[in-house]
Amino acid sequence: MGDHHHGPAKGLSRWLFTTNHKDIGTMYLWFSFSMFILGGAFAMIIRAELFQPGLQLVEPGFFNQMTTLHGLIMVFGAIMPSFVGLANWLIPMMIGAPDMALPRMNNWSFWILPPTFLLLASTLFMEGGAPAAGWTFYAPLSTTYAGPSVTYFIFCIHVLGLSSIMGSINIIATVMNMRAPGMTYMKMPLFVWTWLITAFLLVAVMPVLAGAVTMMLMDVHFNTSFFSAAGGGDPVLFQHVFWFFGHPEVYIIILPAFGVVSQIIPAFSRKPLFGYDSMVYATASIAFLSFIVWAHHMYTVGMPVAGELFFMYATMLIAVPTGVKVFNWISTMWRGALSFETPMLFSIGFLILFTIGGFTGLMLSIAPADFQYHDSYFVVAHFHYVMVAGAVFSMTAAIYFWLPKWCGRMYNETMGKTHFWISFIGFNLTFFPQHFVGLAGMPRRIPDYALQFADFNMMSSIGAFIYGASQILFLYNVIATIRSGDIVTDEKVWDGAEGLEWTLPTPAPYHTFETPPAVK
Amino acid sequence: MLKLSNNPAINTSIKLVAVAVFMFAFVFVVMVPLYNVLCDVLGINGKTSGEAYTAVEVQVDESRTVSIQFIATNNDGMPWDFAPTRTMMKVHPGAVNDTVFFARNPMPNAMVGQAIPSISPGRAAEYFHKTECFCFNQQPLDGGAEAELPLQFIVDQDLPRDIGTITLSYTIFDVTDMVSGSVAAR
Amino acid sequence: MGSKAKWLCKLALGPVLLLMSVVAMAVGGEASEYNMPQGVTAVGQQVYDLHMIILGICVVIGVLVFGVMFYSIIYHRKSRGVTPATFHESTKVEIAWTVVPFFILIIMAIPATTTLLEIYDTDNAELDVVVTAYQWKWKYEYLNEEGENVSFFSNLATPQAEIHNSEAKGEHYLLEVDEPLVLPVDTKVRFLVTANDVLHSWWVPMLAVKRDAIPGFINESWTKATEIGVYRGQCAELCGRSHGFMPIVVNVVSKEDYAQWFTAKQAEAAETKGLMAKTFTLDQTMERGEIVYDSNCQVCHGANGEGGVGNAIAGSAVATGDIGHHLDIGIDGVSGTAMQAFGAQLNDVDMAAVITYQRNAFGNNMGDIIQPIDVYNHKKD
Repeated sequence: MGDHHHGPAKGLSRWLFTTNHKDIGTMYLWFSFSMFILGGAFAMIIRAELFQPGLQLVEPGFFNQMTTLHGLIMVFGAIMPSFVGLANWLIPMMIGAPDMALPRMNNWSFWILPPTFLLLASTLFMEGGAPAAGWTFYAPLSTTYAGPSVTYFIFCIHVLGLSSIMGSINIIATVMNMRAPGMTYMKMPLFVWTWLITAFLLVAVMPVLAGAVTMMLMDVHFNTSFFSAAGGGDPVLFQHVFWFFGHPEVYIIILPAFGVVSQIIPAFSRKPLFGYDSMVYATASIAFLSFIVWAHHMYTVGMPVAGELFFMYATMLIAVPTGVKVFNWISTMWRGALSFETPMLFSIGFLILFTIGGFTGLMLSIAPADFQYHDSYFVVAHFHYVMVAGAVFSMTAAIYFWLPKWCGRMYNETMGKTHFWISFIGFNLTFFPQHFVGLAGMPRRIPDYALQFADFNMMSSIGAFIYGASQILFLYNVIATIRSGDIVTDEKVWDGAEGLEWTLPTPAPYHTFETPPAVK
Repeated sequence: MLKLSNNPAINTSIKLVAVAVFMFAFVFVVMVPLYNVLCDVLGINGKTSGEAYTAVEVQVDESRTVSIQFIATNNDGMPWDFAPTRTMMKVHPGAVNDTVFFARNPMPNAMVGQAIPSISPGRAAEYFHKTECFCFNQQPLDGGAEAELPLQFIVDQDLPRDIGTITLSYTIFDVTDMVSGSVAAR
Repeated sequence: MGSKAKWLCKLALGPVLLLMSVVAMAVGGEASEYNMPQGVTAVGQQVYDLHMIILGICVVIGVLVFGVMFYSIIYHRKSRGVTPATFHESTKVEIAWTVVPFFILIIMAIPATTTLLEIYDTDNAELDVVVTAYQWKWKYEYLNEEGENVSFFSNLATPQAEIHNSEAKGEHYLLEVDEPLVLPVDTKVRFLVTANDVLHSWWVPMLAVKRDAIPGFINESWTKATEIGVYRGQCAELCGRSHGFMPIVVNVVSKEDYAQWFTAKQAEAAETKGLMAKTFTLDQTMERGEIVYDSNCQVCHGANGEGGVGNAIAGSAVATGDIGHHLDIGIDGVSGTAMQAFGAQLNDVDMAAVITYQRNAFGNNMGDIIQPIDVYNHKKD
């Protein structure tokens, strides 16, 4: 690695063959943003169809393909790769390493993604259409009753899993072996900590998802009966295996977001993060608990009452470490010297909305009440509060926070703040009313609904269009910054920012920390 | 620490690959069998043992009566007529009881059916012993043929006092393709 | 900067206050457009109370937490010229906010556990109903100790024209069925839930019952409605194309009315048996056939037989070809397609009617009349 001190290669080959963590990070980020736009476009179709009762735009089968692809693309194509991109850019800079530990594998783990999503999206044009069994693809709807696209879908999931596992191995190997001298584990920035734990979760559960889809493949093509009662299997087994992956997956998405916010809030409070140690322990507890709560997604399948109680109590416990995190962030702000640049606004937006999502999560953990909430729009509202306002808001905050460091140019603050307020209002207008329709009895994943849900759905659709449109402003702001933003030369772009990445020149050079920095 | 390579990063990676491979195997080797064991123990989905119960001599508890309901469901695409001959029985715990289900294949071609039992409430499953059941085996029927499918069972004397009614449901599946498929695979 | 900051802060407070007032609205009345219904069962009331208690606790914690945060946002801003403090840990505080929530959780867990145990106590039911889910309809079967079980299918009754916006939508749009489940009031009813094909979930919010229907296995739940009325629900588990179009309607009636209804149902079943021997005219058959077609066929084959998910019936080779083949398709379905086997879902009288209808409507003009006995004989062969 040390043998090329020159800058990047020219042209397309720079991107195809790069092993530079910054280039790969950039590609991940652009790729995930394009997937965010694609998944968002599907969401717009969903909301447009739900604008009014009755079938107007799409037929119900296609609607199911939209909800399925929206979920899959947002989870696997937008949110997960975006945080991998952020990790690529930041982890070496934060721990004082010259690059990732396994740069060639880093290149592969990115480049297998775009063709895979192209394949997944192309199933839309297949006979029988794209997968339509929901992003949770419960058997037997996703096996015996699925169209021919299921085989391609399984292949895609395998490749995505492979990519995630490679990316995670790389992150763990980097964090464990490439820290600068003096950078002990308990000195690492919280973003690195949350990603380290996330990467362990990924290595542990992506193979479980691979196992689940392998069983599907065997049921579809090789006459086995893992998920069919006819041959001694059980459709409920699929749900257990899926959620054994799926619940840790939820934390895989949110933990790096916690890390981002834990970097930004102290910076704009001009005060060190409150309770660093307890933040690390809380993250680890959440990761541990995520392995023993999966069946709270399936309270209505008719589990024995003892199982139901166990999963209810374990799930409620998650509120404790999550609460600790929220309290720590607020204590960090307490008696700080706060300023409200765009990254801080998005972080506070995250804090408020994620906490609301946490509250509804606590409500959902109560099994008897969940019999009413389960599979209703209340659940849809809940997970969008934690996924969108949690993961996407913090990701947006991260871009505004580190973009000036990356490209040496400042974004337009007014436009950034406008983006925040439009997103914040649009988001709440979209998802807050969904709590109400869910409680009032509207099931999720339906293309048409009864008349009493009409007003809130229209509100929700308008909000979704506003939130969707605000992303165009974001895209414009980012491109304008990269091309013609005001030049920034301060090493510390933000006066309150702390960490090794802020000791580097601005913009961050192509190769950094080729001699390890000294860590106090 | 186990040392596999001189490059510490490769060393870490190899261990992590091992973890990933282990987790993949874990699904097949641990999760699936464990789930089946838990189903038997906890009566998840009212699953009952797939093997005949060997009856032991017990005192029949005539002081107690338990209602047994029988339900038959045809799975999608299964054209057989399939029904219990009696929809309800009152039995004493410990006693050996017999009943018969009726099946007829209305199609011109020979078919194979498989009945899957499920007991409700699930926690009664472990107290419901089948000494003879058509559900233990696949049931071939020629085109137009009919059959009486025998069921013999004992309700355990230890059945919790608060269970007064047990429902035994059979869902019949068409496994003709599955059977021929596995023959072809051989 | 100062005035600008204040303005921004007001703007930030706006949505939060709005959210809280909306929450307060939800806490207020019984309006089921905003909130979980209280339901008409004791369990439903308990679940509702539980929901409101937890929501209340969350709102209180939320107000406290956000209150502290907004205090900080307002008073601890750089623009006010404050010097930041430097504290960054306090073991006492950390322990406090780990332990206190834990106790709050225990307080929540107690009523939750009691209610859950009650929901699981399905014994001593006075009536057992088997609920079987099909793509995309429900079948209800009343287990009857004396005599035969009563069973029927319950299909969406909303006309396709309303769904496709060519007619004004009725009051119970998408929540109406051709034949509701009828239950007696003040009676413990046990539901035995299963499915014929894929997963479904039987959900009626006013009864606080939601149970997954799993093909091959049986699941149970129960209810005891204390008020006479009509309660509506929907399938809650994605089950394919028409998942949004398989509503549930439960008609809770007085015990006397129920007994009457049940007797009538039994008589109807006997009558259908009687009709087996009867010979119908084309007009009679067509009239019955249209009703059967509208509730069973039109979702896929279109209101005018123009096709959709299913093939067109108007002018189709099947509907204008061999009667035996047409009957085979109606009775046994076409495997590997969405065309189900209706042999077990429709009685012979309805099957005869709907096949006749298909052969003589939508411009098809075969002039055939299929009699119930023909269907019976065809099934036997």
